[in-house]
Amino acid sequence: MPLPKFEYLAPTTLEEACQLLKEKGDDARLMGGGTDLLTKMKRRVIQPNTVIGLKKIAGLDIIKVDRGKGLTIGAVALLGDVASHPQIKRFFPAIAYAASVTANVQIRNMGTVVGNLCNAAPSADNAPTLLAMDAQVTIMGVEGQRTIPLEDFFKGPGITALEPGEIVKEIFVPWPHPHSGVSYQHISPRSKVDISAACVAAMLVMEGNICKEARVALGAVAPVPMRGKKTEKHLEGKELTKETLEQAGKQASKECKPISDMRASAQYRRLMVEVLTKRALAEAATRARA
Amino acid sequence: MKKEITIKVNGDTYHLAVDPWRTLNEVLRDDLNLTGTKLGCGTGDCGACTVLVDGRTVSSCLTLALEVDGKEVTTIEGLAPSGDELHPIQKAFIEKGAIQCGYCTPGMELSALYLLRNNPKPTEAEIREALSGNLCRCTGYNKIVEAIAAAAEELSRE
Repeated sequence: MPLPKFEYLAPTTLEEACQLLKEKGDDARLMGGGTDLLTKMKRRVIQPNTVIGLKKIAGLDIIKVDRGKGLTIGAVALLGDVASHPQIKRFFPAIAYAASVTANVQIRNMGTVVGNLCNAAPSADNAPTLLAMDAQVTIMGVEGQRTIPLEDFFKGPGITALEPGEIVKEIFVPWPHPHSGVSYQHISPRSKVDISAACVAAMLVMEGNICKEARVALGAVAPVPMRGKKTEKHLEGKELTKETLEQAGKQASKECKPISDMRASAQYRRLMVEVLTKRALAEAATRARA
Repeated sequence: MKKEITIKVNGDTYHLAVDPWRTLNEVLRDDLNLTGTKLGCGTGDCGACTVLVDGRTVSSCLTLALEVDGKEVTTIEGLAPSGDELHPIQKAFIEKGAIQCGYCTPGMELSALYLLRNNPKPTEAEIREALSGNLCRCTGYNKIVEAIAAAAEELSRE
């Protein structure tokens, strides 16, 4: 399965990359790790005339933990580096975990967290946790820079809010609330290596056993990674009893919009969303109290 | 248009002119005759094409050769320290019967090398996790896990 022919460009600044992308238009594709792009090209799903490699741009592989402020993950920071970063593991354990369960070892040494988001698969392993933690996306274009919430970034399967000539520069995750905890849970009927059939992230801010704030994000059960806003509303202000968790699981199962495909049936996905939501909330609560 | 690259493979430096669409796997096998690196699925699932680039395992089938410019590559041919003696990982694979058809073996052994460099005393679960990107269709996983555990012990004695 050889690759189709293409021209390869490796700009050294983000401005140059945006300019090239705008000039080449629909004929060009950006490449970070290449693990999604090159497989699509080999299968002839897309055949761009130009591939613009981003790895020669200085600083784009940044991973920065700014105590009290937040976490920055640059466009070409590797999944493997995010997964093993000691400070991410300590302060953003669910983000490190989600990166560590994406694909396999080799792909994590090539692929990027931002690429996983830009590929915009509904099942992207890194999306739910980042959604639950209110991540922001910094986008560069020929006209300058803009920042949008990750929630507004996903528009459909494989479709993002990026305009022609725009490139994601980095994502930023604000520092977690001191009494908060986050958890990511995923399941695939085959193995952990396979793409998730359903995945759930939860973020809870706790005051004793009372849930002050909740975020629930659901993956692989809608055209885009989605927030479970009714589930969040259901949790906020409530005591986190076993019954509350049960109800939240049922609510999440109700508000997701899964389809049946080769990986799982819609019914299975709904059932798993219920289970995974309960698990994610329980772990998030434990972490919040720790 | 071909681009010139310089890569170091198993300690030897090569200057090559490559088309942008050629993968590292194609260049290793077809241009450098290093056919120890296999090609399986071609889509990064099976791990038969695994090599080390700057010390990290990657799927050579999804790596553009020109993006390896200036980097160091280790293939299975570079695993043994000399032509005479096998690497402890290779010896353990033979001793434990961890090879059947052999097609996954180069990738398996390089994944094992990457694991043991980063985690010299892995648990069984860690060994299995480290092989998550390497498929064996003779299904000799248990023997492979045993071989890597034995190699870890041998290497930690050295």
